[in-house]
Amino acid sequence: MSDPAAGPLKRTPLYDLHRELGARLVPFAGYEMPVQYPTGILAEHTQTRTSCGLFDVSHMGQVRLTAKAGHSTAKAMEMLVPGDIVGLQPGQQRYTQFTNDQGGILDDLMVTSTGDHLLVVINAACKDADLAHMQKHLSATCEVEPMFSRGLLALQGPQASAVLSRLAPQVATMTFMTGAYVVIDGARCYVTRSGYTGGDGYEISTPADQTDAIARKLLSNPEVKPIGLGARDSLRLEAGLCLYGHDIDTTTTPVEAVLLWSVGKERRVQGGFPGASVIQRQIAEGSTRKRVGLLPDGKAIAREGAEIAIGGKIVGTVTSGGFAPTLGRAIAMGYVERAQSANGTKVDLMVRGKPVPAEIVPMPFVKHAYYRG
Amino acid sequence: MAVTKYTEEHEWVRVEGDVATVGITQYAQEQLGDVVFVEVPAVGRKVAKGEACAVVESVKAASDIYAPVAGEIVEGNAALADSPGDVNAEPTGKGWFFKLKLADKAELDGLMDEAGYEAFVKSLG
Repeated sequence: MSDPAAGPLKRTPLYDLHRELGARLVPFAGYEMPVQYPTGILAEHTQTRTSCGLFDVSHMGQVRLTAKAGHSTAKAMEMLVPGDIVGLQPGQQRYTQFTNDQGGILDDLMVTSTGDHLLVVINAACKDADLAHMQKHLSATCEVEPMFSRGLLALQGPQASAVLSRLAPQVATMTFMTGAYVVIDGARCYVTRSGYTGGDGYEISTPADQTDAIARKLLSNPEVKPIGLGARDSLRLEAGLCLYGHDIDTTTTPVEAVLLWSVGKERRVQGGFPGASVIQRQIAEGSTRKRVGLLPDGKAIAREGAEIAIGGKIVGTVTSGGFAPTLGRAIAMGYVERAQSANGTKVDLMVRGKPVPAEIVPMPFVKHAYYRG
Repeated sequence: MAVTKYTEEHEWVRVEGDVATVGITQYAQEQLGDVVFVEVPAVGRKVAKGEACAVVESVKAASDIYAPVAGEIVEGNAALADSPGDVNAEPTGKGWFFKLKLADKAELDGLMDEAGYEAFVKSLG
């Protein structure tokens, strides 16, 4: 994790634009980032669910891996993650995690194969540690090239495809979790059809010096409004997606976090990634705890750290909780003992010392709307 | 005649007779952002000056509302349960939190008047 005392806050290529748009800027993972614009988080959330939102996620880390002669980036990467990377076809993207020897999660990440390279997107707060981790373990077989100055824009929402297609028609037919090099406004970008909202949309990796122009071009479309980190959090929570450092960290495994879908089928059997023995044992025997969705009865919001109880006995902890604008009610996720994790189980969330009745429910809270062609 | 006083916690206190109505200021609602949940104290509860007695939650975080002076709660704004957005839209009107019967009117002397509060907000930059 980054140390907030480590120096002055960094700025993304869109800093001036955020100021111009009246953003409220806050320190986040060592960067000065927009938490919201003047319309506020609720309006930004609804904008993204109903039309289109533009997010600056340039603080995230982008790294390019290129194989050294006689080696494979995919094989090398599989030494660090449990995802099936060797099976990635050119233009395919996958979600996976860097694991430690205990099966805990060092970070979660996106890996895309371009055919010639692997493009990796990592969390801002972890990016220096992740880069060191990759350099240490992959440098013998790969060129590990940080591209931390590049811009990364997320264009999300039901109108995202219509908007981006005006600038680059070929993105219309791209399907969820695929990527391609695309020229936008004269700049060579790498676009993936992915995001962190549960909705349709794209992430656009841009050359640093052309990020501002591309962002302004996107915002000039009437469907598009700028969206801050506040709505990014409420959107991902509705989608049931994990936030690193909160819902997943070095003490949680992909099995406990119910991310087994992202662990390659062959890799579950063959192992060969850090913590494989722990994860294989949990697959066979079950983990002692599990990440679940929680729906409180009333309007009170159970936030991170709230205890989860059944009949006065603590069975777990909330790791993310907040207001879900799409549903008009509070939602949460957290870990509970596996024996108590069935959908429909009644629990109490302890909010300011008082029990708030809640039910364990399946996630996502709001149906995903990915474009699968 | 009603007198309005202010606290450094960005609450306003409107005093009529021996009853004070308490809410948060325009500055406070702007800082909070969209309010999505409010919990007001129960009628009859006796609160000390500075005691946390209500909660306001924005999308981002929960914040305590403190009793600006000591007293007994005589009414909570029940309408906020269904329309917490009133706190943003009309922080000094429909968005009030609770009314309390003053235990010691002299405690009001320690609060800021409007000019004092405006200067205080300015000093925060």
